[in-house]
Amino acid sequence: MLTKRIVPCLDVDNGRVKKGVNFVHLTDVGDPADIAAAYEKQGADELVFLDITATNEDRGAMVTTIEKVASQVFMPLTVGGGIHSVADMQALLKAGADKVSLNTAAVTNPELITAGAEKFGSQCIVVAIDVRFDEKAQRYRVYTNGGQKVTDLDAIEWAKEVVNRGAGELLVTSMDQDGTKAGYDLALYQALTKAVAVPIIASGGCGKLSDFSDLFQQTKVDAALAASVFHYGELTIPEVKQDLRQKGVNVR
Amino acid sequence: MIVIVDYDTGNTRNLKKALDYLNVPNQLSADPATILAADGIILPGVGAFQKAMLALQERQLISVLQTAAAKGQPMLGICLGMQLLFETGYEFGEAKGLGILPGEIVPLPKKKGYKVPHMGWNTNLATQSNRFGKIFDQQATYFVHSYYAQTSARNIVAQADYSVEIPSIVQQNNVIGMQFHPEKSGAIGLKGLNAFKEMALDERLSRN
Repeated sequence: MLTKRIVPCLDVDNGRVKKGVNFVHLTDVGDPADIAAAYEKQGADELVFLDITATNEDRGAMVTTIEKVASQVFMPLTVGGGIHSVADMQALLKAGADKVSLNTAAVTNPELITAGAEKFGSQCIVVAIDVRFDEKAQRYRVYTNGGQKVTDLDAIEWAKEVVNRGAGELLVTSMDQDGTKAGYDLALYQALTKAVAVPIIASGGCGKLSDFSDLFQQTKVDAALAASVFHYGELTIPEVKQDLRQKGVNVR
Repeated sequence: MIVIVDYDTGNTRNLKKALDYLNVPNQLSADPATILAADGIILPGVGAFQKAMLALQERQLISVLQTAAAKGQPMLGICLGMQLLFETGYEFGEAKGLGILPGEIVPLPKKKGYKVPHMGWNTNLATQSNRFGKIFDQQATYFVHSYYAQTSARNIVAQADYSVEIPSIVQQNNVIGMQFHPEKSGAIGLKGLNAFKEMALDERLSRN
């Protein structure tokens, strides 16, 4: 059987990892290739790089960054942030990325999902969905532009639509949970895994060991994404995996 | 020199990066003479079976690869490159493969709870304890594919348990196939590529 994946996420700004990473004593904590290599050594199953570069002029830096990472780190790499065209996707895949992740562009231009899937295969196309629970309407709503813009889209319906359009995987972030360290939004992922048949990466809310086992034991998601707990060394990947193994979850 | 067959497929560059990282002398080439003179040949591949065979045909590489295999050049097919080594593929219609290994490439069955493509880390279980069986037994590697090889047990070195037992490593003498991506499977994948290098380069030197 496939193992459940543990996926650290790195925010990259103009070729440098933005948030501090202090789980290893690197002389240069901002270098994406060094940090990626350290995570590979720890046993990460995949890495997500999120381009948070503010200006379009500096976007090319991500291609150079991925080129460098892929020369030293031999594991699946997913890149998201600021991808607006098939040409953007091609440049990143050519540089060594295995998958590209679309977020805002998938909402503003859904044809891009299909165009990417047709050219590179669905396995290369991840759609990232940022959601927040709407208490009044009792449903999850999709947000874009880094969570700043609310849309009318229902998250579950949107998930179905992007899969129909060719997305091979979904990276779904609960904005309600993100940063709270109160655990993943289990109800959200239960609903999503019932609605679509592609792999789902859960994101937002993890703060302790049992958050990972709760996620994998109570939902059918394939992967757990985490950033700060790993970056700040609050948890290490080996201890997360050991805990999962003890609880009968299949990990690498 | 290891030659990576360059026929405009997806994972060629990542494969080259992995060989460069391992300091394995390598080059990308679609030139028949270069391929036939190589110490070892790697056939990469991402995409659809039929289209890849057409790309090989356009470059007049089908008979070159068949000749190379027949004269004993170490050859490693990776992912779709492994599938192409077989006789027939059924992706978007029936298509002839290279026919270097006996068997055919069929779709993974649609079974509840088993998503297709088979994508992610899965564990290899060796069915033979040869060079590659020993390295990959009980080790997880990274897979991305929707079709798999059906071949007789004596050609299977390792398999991965999914909706069916997927042959993850196949071998017949000098010809090896890996269904997973060694260039994306971390340290263990690099170890596998290095073992192919040893087979191709070091042992060839000791033979001469």
